[in-house]
Amino acid sequence: MDCKRTLELLPAYVDQELGLPEVKELDDHLQTCPACHSAFVSQTTLRAAIKQRATYFQAPIDLESRIRAALPKETDAQPGRAKQGPRYWGSWNWMNVGPVLASLVALIWSAGLYLATPSPNQRLAEEVVSSHVRSMMVNHIADIASSDQHTVKPWFNGKLDFSPIVNDLSTQGFPLIGGRLDYLDHRSVAALVYRHRLHLINVYIWPAAKERQTAIQTASIQGYHLVHWSEEGMRYWLISDLDPQDLMALARILQAQAQRVPG
Amino acid sequence: MKARRFEEMTLPHLNAAYNLARWLTHSDQDAQDIVQEAYLRAFKFFDGFRGEEARAWLLAIVRNTAYTWLRQNRESVSHVPFDEEFGDLNEVSSATLFHQPDNNPAAILARNDDKRLLDQALAQLPVEFREVLVLRELENFSYKEISEIAGIPIGTVMSRLARGRRLLQACLERMNLGVT
Repeated sequence: MDCKRTLELLPAYVDQELGLPEVKELDDHLQTCPACHSAFVSQTTLRAAIKQRATYFQAPIDLESRIRAALPKETDAQPGRAKQGPRYWGSWNWMNVGPVLASLVALIWSAGLYLATPSPNQRLAEEVVSSHVRSMMVNHIADIASSDQHTVKPWFNGKLDFSPIVNDLSTQGFPLIGGRLDYLDHRSVAALVYRHRLHLINVYIWPAAKERQTAIQTASIQGYHLVHWSEEGMRYWLISDLDPQDLMALARILQAQAQRVPG
Repeated sequence: MKARRFEEMTLPHLNAAYNLARWLTHSDQDAQDIVQEAYLRAFKFFDGFRGEEARAWLLAIVRNTAYTWLRQNRESVSHVPFDEEFGDLNEVSSATLFHQPDNNPAAILARNDDKRLLDQALAQLPVEFREVLVLRELENFSYKEISEIAGIPIGTVMSRLARGRRLLQACLERMNLGVT
């Protein structure tokens, strides 16, 4: 490749928009031609200078709310409803009785279903068990395998909308194995993995919707032991096949560190 | 439903929209008006949006809104005769300028503490070069995305970026001469 062609393609080369064969040719030329190489350095530094120095103007804080206010409201998108005109309860005709009865039956039926539905904690406990079993089964216990809390904690940055407390608890007999993203209670949660002797423990953490503080509760399902509570606005669910007393010990440690570091 | 989906897809790109409008108009108030109008237009066209890159789609509308505004308010802006403004700058001289180590932008900026120097130089560029540089360097759009936003062929994106950088370089050099 000659100098003329090189200088033509240099902008696209600097922008990483060239095809592989041309990149190769240009690389070769730049290594042998000092003049073109200095043009390359010059363009690269100019790019870097623009990126670093040119002002990126941030939108004024109230612009978003003004745009939201100016956008048509949800109800405006359904003009059909207004055209139907008023309806009076008194003017119903007997043709409607069938559908009304049917919907009454459906209402009672669904109320019955609702009452028969397990409590939220029961459902969540089953979710936690499935998640724990799955993490063991597919040998996918950790996305980030590290005993270093300073590696595991930053790994969650940007993956979650909260920052879980991560500490290696080797000195207390619970070495940190790693961390993982999981999905519970209709949201992404942090899963920390600790080990105690040969048992693995999953610690699920996510922000509490309502209850800021609840006492420790325990459960046993399918041979697994669960411990859960809320602390400083976060929910904690621990699960393992570990002895319940040892699991409770870990729960106490985690509870103590959450109280030390609010949030 | 539509309004909420629209807000979720477009409002995260509000800064990008404002930054582009601000660089095109040089005015905070005008940029705010343009962005607001662009969002209302975008909402009207939202049914036709088929879920490509929302940021590029939105910025194309911001850009068109800004250009309409520029045409209405500043007749002279649309076609600045940049060859006259930067009169003696031609391909040969700019190519040689690139080859002089003391004139590279890093050296100029290092000699000059004023952070506004680069802003001033970029602001002086004709709008068609300024916009491709802002889209490329501040928003990291690819040539293809820039070609869709600005409605120009990819080859033109490349040549405008090359030319814009040469003009910027020359402008920095002239300002530097004026300062010292």
